[in-house]
Amino acid sequence: MTETAGPDQVAGPERVASAEQIGLSAREAAAPVAPQPAVAPQAAVAPQAAAVKSPGRDAASWARKVERLEVDPREGVRGTNVAGRRLTGPVQGFGKMWQKSYRMNVGSKIEPEQAIATWKEHFPEFWPKGNRFAGALTGINPGDVALLDLAIGGGVKLSTGVFVLYADAESFTLMTPQGHMFAGWITFAAEREGDDTVVSAQVLMRANDPIYELGMTFGGHKKEDKFWAATMVALGHRLGVPDPKVATTTTCVDSKRQWRNAGNIWHNSAIRSVFQTIAAPVKSLGRMLRHDKGDGKQASKGAT
Amino acid sequence: MGAPVITMDVRRIGDEVAVVDIKGEVTAACEPVLMSAYEAASDGKTSRLVLNFAGLEYMNSGGIGMLVTLLVRANRQRQQLAAYGLSDHYREIFELTRLDEAITIYDSEESALNGVAR
Repeated sequence: MTETAGPDQVAGPERVASAEQIGLSAREAAAPVAPQPAVAPQAAVAPQAAAVKSPGRDAASWARKVERLEVDPREGVRGTNVAGRRLTGPVQGFGKMWQKSYRMNVGSKIEPEQAIATWKEHFPEFWPKGNRFAGALTGINPGDVALLDLAIGGGVKLSTGVFVLYADAESFTLMTPQGHMFAGWITFAAEREGDDTVVSAQVLMRANDPIYELGMTFGGHKKEDKFWAATMVALGHRLGVPDPKVATTTTCVDSKRQWRNAGNIWHNSAIRSVFQTIAAPVKSLGRMLRHDKGDGKQASKGAT
Repeated sequence: MGAPVITMDVRRIGDEVAVVDIKGEVTAACEPVLMSAYEAASDGKTSRLVLNFAGLEYMNSGGIGMLVTLLVRANRQRQQLAAYGLSDHYREIFELTRLDEAITIYDSEESALNGVAR
């Protein structure tokens, strides 16, 4: 792993991370022109109204604004800790702000669009064993909410989700809700570098609350690095790369913790998932008892 | 990586306020341009920085990430960051990513300058 000194470690203007490090996809700018929604009628009638501008050509790639997440139940995941939650970006997080980049050269034969199409289509299949990503049946599109069950040890699955913030032919970005381990987003992109195509996962995040920050400090970052490296190696194999290698770069963008957001702990999905795991057998026992009671009543009705 | 299709001009309004006029495409690729504009705008005693997005033509998730990094730098220098000139679409993106909670959005340059002067 290459540890890059971030703005906090290096003095002077050059301390800002490079475009590649911050960049989530430079080639997104060259993406095909998205179909534009119809121009608002009042703009056509009154073009002098400067406040009414046509939507940008990226309009179709961005999700529409949501206040709180809405989810449909999905097969195979618990699906808790997502409905009604707000999205959280690095501004709303608690811990130090990190920028991480996982990059893999997939060779010259695979086009960036092809790599991203495969990644979108098979996204859950690339996840390491024990973790589950339940997305929409239609794939990964702006505004979709996916439900996650993540293995955190001790037989507990952390139930949370992600929101598809942005998606085009060469990249897609997932943003996290309240209660997720981190507040921020992760962009999956592919671009040509010389003759080769390079795929990348780029994370911009803060731990969401003090407990997660502690967890990230003591092994969480390493675990996350392993998770995304394993995911990308699986993608590499799917794309036919004989020996996929992932280069990881980590930059601390802001070493300050945002104590004003310490209250995020209230939404902590790990804590809630532990309680939900403990409560699950009790709940199902209660359901069974109610069911038996109902059957008993029906049986006695039948007898009379 | 192609050359960024963007220009950023800095205008000083008195000693403490600088306006950055952004024209073109805000993507991760234009990070060096934005950071040089920031350096130019931060000369002297600048305590308030206003970003003019009236000329914004395109922005992707990389561009939003770059604005977050700019925000961190401005916070470190105890500078206030504001924006104006956003179309409804880009204003919605600021709200969706909750960047509007850290960068105050105004409707016009006049209201932005009045707002940051407070």
